[in-house]
Amino acid sequence: MKKKGAKQADTLKKVLRYIKKYWIYLALSIAAAAVTVALTLYLPILTGNAIDLIIQKGLVDFPGIFAILKKMAVVILITAFAQWLMNVCNNKMAYRIVQDVRDEAFRKIEILPLKYIDGHSYGEIVSRVIADVDQFADGLLMGFTQFFTGVITIVGTLGFMLSINIGITGVVVLITPLSFLVAAFIAKKTFTMFKLQSETRGEQTALIDEMVGNQKIVQAFSHEDEALDKFDEINDRLQKASLKAIFFSSITNPATRFVNNLVYAGVAISGAVFAIRGGISVGQLSCFLSYANQYTKPFNEISGVVTELQNALACASRIFELIEEQPQIPEAENAAVLRQVDGSVKLDNVSFSYVPDKKLIQNFNLSVKPGQRIAIVGPTGCGKTTVINLLMRFYDVDAGAICVSGHDIRAVTRKSLRGSYGMVLQETWLKTGTIRENIIMGKPDATEEEVIAAAKASHAHSFIKRLPNAYDTVITEDGGNLSQGQKQLLCIARVMLCLPPMLILDEATSSIDTRTEIKIQKAFATMMKGRTSFIVAHRLSTIREADVILVMKDGNIIEQGNHESLLAMKGFYADLYQSQFVKA
Amino acid sequence: MKKLLVFLKDYKKETVLAPLFKMLEAGFELFVPLVMAAVIDRGIAQADIHYVLKMGGVLVMLGLIGLTCSITAQYFAAKAAVGFSAKLKHSLFAHIQELSFSEMDTLGTSTMITRMTSDANQVQNGVNMVLRLFLRSPFIVFGAMAMAFTIDVKAALIFVVTIPLLSIVVFGIMMITMPLYKKVQAGLDKVLGKTRENLTGVRVIRAFHKEEQETAEFEQRNSALTHMQLFVGKISTLTNPVTYIIVNVATIVLIYTGAVRVDNGYITQGEVVALVNYMSQILIELVKLANLIITITKALACANRIQSVFELQSGMTWKEPGSAQDGAVRDVPYAVEFDQVGLTYQGAGAESLSDIDFKVKKGQTIGVIGGTGSGKSSLVHLIPRFYDVSRGSVKIDGKNVKDYEMAELRDKIGMVMQKAVLFQGTIRENLSWGKPDATTDEMNRALEISQAKEFVDTKPKGLEEPIAQGGKNLSGGQRQRLTIARAVVREPEILILDDSASALDYATDAKLRRAIREMGEKTTVFIVSQRTSSIQHADRIIVLEDGRMAGIGTHEELLQSCEVYQEIHYSQM
Repeated sequence: MKKKGAKQADTLKKVLRYIKKYWIYLALSIAAAAVTVALTLYLPILTGNAIDLIIQKGLVDFPGIFAILKKMAVVILITAFAQWLMNVCNNKMAYRIVQDVRDEAFRKIEILPLKYIDGHSYGEIVSRVIADVDQFADGLLMGFTQFFTGVITIVGTLGFMLSINIGITGVVVLITPLSFLVAAFIAKKTFTMFKLQSETRGEQTALIDEMVGNQKIVQAFSHEDEALDKFDEINDRLQKASLKAIFFSSITNPATRFVNNLVYAGVAISGAVFAIRGGISVGQLSCFLSYANQYTKPFNEISGVVTELQNALACASRIFELIEEQPQIPEAENAAVLRQVDGSVKLDNVSFSYVPDKKLIQNFNLSVKPGQRIAIVGPTGCGKTTVINLLMRFYDVDAGAICVSGHDIRAVTRKSLRGSYGMVLQETWLKTGTIRENIIMGKPDATEEEVIAAAKASHAHSFIKRLPNAYDTVITEDGGNLSQGQKQLLCIARVMLCLPPMLILDEATSSIDTRTEIKIQKAFATMMKGRTSFIVAHRLSTIREADVILVMKDGNIIEQGNHESLLAMKGFYADLYQSQFVKA
Repeated sequence: MKKLLVFLKDYKKETVLAPLFKMLEAGFELFVPLVMAAVIDRGIAQADIHYVLKMGGVLVMLGLIGLTCSITAQYFAAKAAVGFSAKLKHSLFAHIQELSFSEMDTLGTSTMITRMTSDANQVQNGVNMVLRLFLRSPFIVFGAMAMAFTIDVKAALIFVVTIPLLSIVVFGIMMITMPLYKKVQAGLDKVLGKTRENLTGVRVIRAFHKEEQETAEFEQRNSALTHMQLFVGKISTLTNPVTYIIVNVATIVLIYTGAVRVDNGYITQGEVVALVNYMSQILIELVKLANLIITITKALACANRIQSVFELQSGMTWKEPGSAQDGAVRDVPYAVEFDQVGLTYQGAGAESLSDIDFKVKKGQTIGVIGGTGSGKSSLVHLIPRFYDVSRGSVKIDGKNVKDYEMAELRDKIGMVMQKAVLFQGTIRENLSWGKPDATTDEMNRALEISQAKEFVDTKPKGLEEPIAQGGKNLSGGQRQRLTIARAVVREPEILILDDSASALDYATDAKLRRAIREMGEKTTVFIVSQRTSSIQHADRIIVLEDGRMAGIGTHEELLQSCEVYQEIHYSQM
């Protein structure tokens, strides 16, 4: 229990850090709240005074009443303005903070190690950035609006009440804390419920993301019913968790209101007794009653807000988890910018594994001279993609070092390292935007001529021209309206445009027909001239021309050499090569 | 919103009881000023302490009854709201699954996700709040007015003027902000879209070091969202101050009128206090209502967005299960017949497939080859009726695909798509997609055929090995082989491999094809490929060029007669 409390306090502290930036709004808001409260409290006095001037038939002081009513009108206008000001400030604060939190979460996503992103479902991360932040915003807004006014109201009413009658005030002060106790008790109980709700919701989002995102496969296997069953299972759990969280938290309000009613009754009785003894006037009692109401209301609201805040904090802690996630190893302090890359790459005793207890690449050595063409071949799943992950520094090596142009890649900036590679992956990915925006990703200042030249070189120009708006055609999410091959052509055009000194082609042409491929290969060949290139492929025609062929199996380089020397070895590569001509 | 209310159907009892108990509670609350007036006018005026104590007891009693009613109401409200949203999400999920490929192509994933999560949550909140408060507030407001009438008709007329004025303000602001909240949710869609895109494209974004630009774009969208939120906020925060002014001005008028009435001897001082109390009760209620209005307006905006998904009807209608079996399966020699088929995608100008015409005998293996964008995938997508033809017809076992029930047709077919997608769960669970009741033996056989047995066996848990979302913990080739196994395990009558061996090396590909050929004579196989080597042993090969058939025949025949095929073949030597 204590640990949870500490965690909550911790989360709260972090929230306060975000608030700090907006202290002006906060100060304004508090000032406006103070004015609002003071005047709201002053109004009942005026009302009470006015009522005291209305005693009975024939005993009404009209001039006195008029004076008071005029005063009331002024007070009302000022109060309304202060109220509005406070709300505007609170809105600004809450939404700006949410904006900051989202921005920070997103920036974090951009620097998270790939290990984290590969290891978490997208839907779950998305749920944190969207749903959790949303809930957090709601809670924050409620908190601001009601918390300050609440606290100030309590202090203010207490003062006013004391000024009228100490005895009755005593009654109020003694009973009211009860509502806090009740609220605190409930809040404690519900924090875990809210957290469970939020987690289950994340799970549901992940499932939705997976099933809706791959709807076509779900349908192809008539798997709709099973998917729905699975969805329902989570949905049921969410329903139960939500019901618990919502119901138990919603008890707070009636419970504290009951305490308020006790206070009201207490004031009524003691006040009436005082009045009978002549201690206070009827107008004062009426005024006192309205104070008692005003005094208890914030307790009530604050406790209501507390449950809302519970939920908000539970959500906030999930966002902070993401924000505080260990980022990728930061750039070395004196990280150099990799310039004039000659294209030499050296892997020195490299070891790497994704999971510590499952060894993958061990003591891998490779020396690539500038301009060499390296082909990586091997059966599927042998770790070809892993090599690329290491070259691009998507993952860091566990031991050993990778050097480009004589620089350890950990000593140069990621930007300059990755910028010196042109990468085309088998998994085509295009961003939502126009065709042009996708092509110029690597070179934002490219001219129209350059873009068209790159598209022509990758043989994408002809299909782009046929699209409704040619280069300005908007590609929908995940490139839904293009075929796999067309997407790949665009990815190639992207690299053709920026012409980096080194190339990584991971099954870059796997979805393109061979006639087009041959033409692209020619373009690649011109491009690769003088450029170090790493090619993952299984078309042996591409491989044959490589300077060095790395044959991989189960994460290890088992053979290394050129086509002829490898064939002569009559080893694994020779087998692989033969199998191409085995009649299927 | 109205149409969504059907999801409350199963919670009729709760939906009625929650506001009812709330109203009961509110009713008891309304007695409080009356009791107080009695205390002042009788207790204090006559110095009757006993009476005062008795009335104090009555106040506590009223409080207790209120507590019980209120907790009961909260429970029913929570139950109805949560149940409502669970039902809503269930139907929404089921509905989205029924949409055809054409709708899915145009809609996009991120907006679906916001609608099912964020929007549904807002609606749930809305329902909960409405059940709890929306009836209570008007009840208190009108109740206070009614009570005022029992005290003094003339003074009560002030209430009659005030209340409609308040309603105009409250509902006016609601009307103005509702469409704005809809825009806010649309802004949220965009923020979500960007987040998602950056997760799926993380490698490319980092390779092109686009992190900063992506962040800038995200921040721009995020700030647009914030501006929208602030703008709506500015309008909706007007509710409180404006209602405050109206109610308090009414109080001023009330005191003045009260003064006149007392001066004329119509009412007492205590009754003026009671009247003022009723007015302030209205104010308190309105403050609550103002917060509520924001929740409700948001909820309504979100409900409309959900509604619009429900209104989106699948462009494809299937035969209802058990409906008249017109065009029953005839014993024909052909597994698949294409008759002068043309296909135009939604929103596309030209046909993607034209005049496709061929017949495939049962048990044959058909290769489909052609350039990028020549329509190979489109062609095989017509077999399981992912899209409807715009001309001609497609028949399976002699029966038009449009005359099949959905499950009946799709169960005949094992489809392996270009994009190798697996789902979170174990390997076994993924394979059982193909055949829910598949035995371990059947699974192993499928794994053998798809050349996946070897690597599955090396996994520490074998078939029970967990797969991460999207199969991220497997290599591309491993994923592809598992997707093939998933299709093979159902022993389909028609197996379609849509360029689904692209990530496999030659040796594995060759073994795979051999294994598939040995699967049995009953299975008709379609192999879409870029490589002639993958299809040259097919019984017949369809050559596509720009959506038209450039040739059909065996490898040898095509080498003789089909120019396009020759080009493709020789390009691969």
